[in-house]
Amino acid sequence: MQWDWSAVGDFMPRFWDGVLVTLEALVLGSLIAFALGLVWAMAQRSPLKAVRWPVTAITEFIRNTPLLVQLFFLFYVLPEWSVTLSALTTGIIGLGLHYSTYTAEVYRAGIEGVPEGQWEACTALSMPRGRTWSAVILPQAIRRVVPALGNYVIAMLKDSPQIAAIGALEMLGQARQFTATSFQPTEPITVIGIAFIVIAYPASLLTRALERRLVR
Amino acid sequence: MTDLTSGLWELLLQGVWVTVQLTVFSAALGAFVAFVVGVARTNRLWIVRFVSGLYMEIFRGTSALVLMFWMFFVLPVAFGWQLVPMWAAVLALGLSYGAYGSEIVRGALAAVAPAQQEAGIALSFSPWQRLTKISLPQAWPEMIPPANNLLIELLKGTALVSVLGVGDITFGASLVRNALGESAPVYTIILVMYFILAFLLTRVMRAVERKAKAGIGQAPTKSEGMRKPDIEQATAISRSSQGGAA
Repeated sequence: MQWDWSAVGDFMPRFWDGVLVTLEALVLGSLIAFALGLVWAMAQRSPLKAVRWPVTAITEFIRNTPLLVQLFFLFYVLPEWSVTLSALTTGIIGLGLHYSTYTAEVYRAGIEGVPEGQWEACTALSMPRGRTWSAVILPQAIRRVVPALGNYVIAMLKDSPQIAAIGALEMLGQARQFTATSFQPTEPITVIGIAFIVIAYPASLLTRALERRLVR
Repeated sequence: MTDLTSGLWELLLQGVWVTVQLTVFSAALGAFVAFVVGVARTNRLWIVRFVSGLYMEIFRGTSALVLMFWMFFVLPVAFGWQLVPMWAAVLALGLSYGAYGSEIVRGALAAVAPAQQEAGIALSFSPWQRLTKISLPQAWPEMIPPANNLLIELLKGTALVSVLGVGDITFGASLVRNALGESAPVYTIILVMYFILAFLLTRVMRAVERKAKAGIGQAPTKSEGMRKPDIEQATAISRSSQGGAA
């Protein structure tokens, strides 16, 4: 095996650009996933069957089909419907949408974990539905599921190189471009592989610590 | 939907066959890795536990797609091992999903009542006999529901191979897209194809679960449509085996 440290050095400027884009995609993707997942979870508890049923069907469909194909769908089909977005924006929307179907299940579990008596108390106090959710149910539900949400952020990090397939220049995209000009695949791909572990491992320790603190 | 000629459909159907093959072979390799690593993590010797734990952290810590790129581009250049694309893909998928699976095996083994082990020791079973005759038969039905989730993740993961030119469904779709000059029909069709495959996989695993539970005299859990993702074992971490988040 030959290892060329100068190739690592040459790759570094691109690598840091890639790290920034990966983190940007991760943060924005997570925000979409957290917000949209909550919408799905609350819609699935709607009293209206006409709301519950389609939302369940859509989330099941998105969760059980590959992210990569969804990214291609967004990237190639949206322009046909005259919505043109950059590769990175498409990637962020794709990641957020895909993972929102997972976070929806997390929220659902959290909401179901809130004792029935809390709902009944709200009814007894004739609290409006909006206030029941925002002041009573969600604060109790979300606190417990923060570590589980964290797990999905880590999972999203590991799926984020897929957005390179539609041309976003995150870590893997940068490594591919570097390889295309230098013909040295060993160093950049190994470096980003290690970079994923270096980011993911402390993050997983953090979620474990959160789990000890928040889940009681 | 109407513009797809039979030739183009054939491309997609060949892709389905490749995807099914990839899923089956990677699952077989993944299951083997999961059992070896999962059992090794309960070993008495700390060095065995450490090495298997390290394997799990590395393969679970990095991205499957990056690992696949590594197998495709770095192995040939750095070590001179040129793998057939199909097998490089199976190796990458099997090794990384096996690492996730090892947590399922370890968790299920840990959930078997300790008294069972102690009874085995009292009857002077060898460690191998305790594993194969006491722990695994009782842990096995517990592994199936989370393994089902993992298999669906694996099925979705096979789409990654198209980036490296293996002719699976997604690769077939890109060819059809180029031929058709239209994206919406073909990508809708293959999303539905993947969903059907995932659904069939869930049905099969349900049947396996019923059989496994019947084998140790338990009733199967109530059936639902698709299986919900297991939040505890999610995809990342959570060592605690008690009921945490949910």
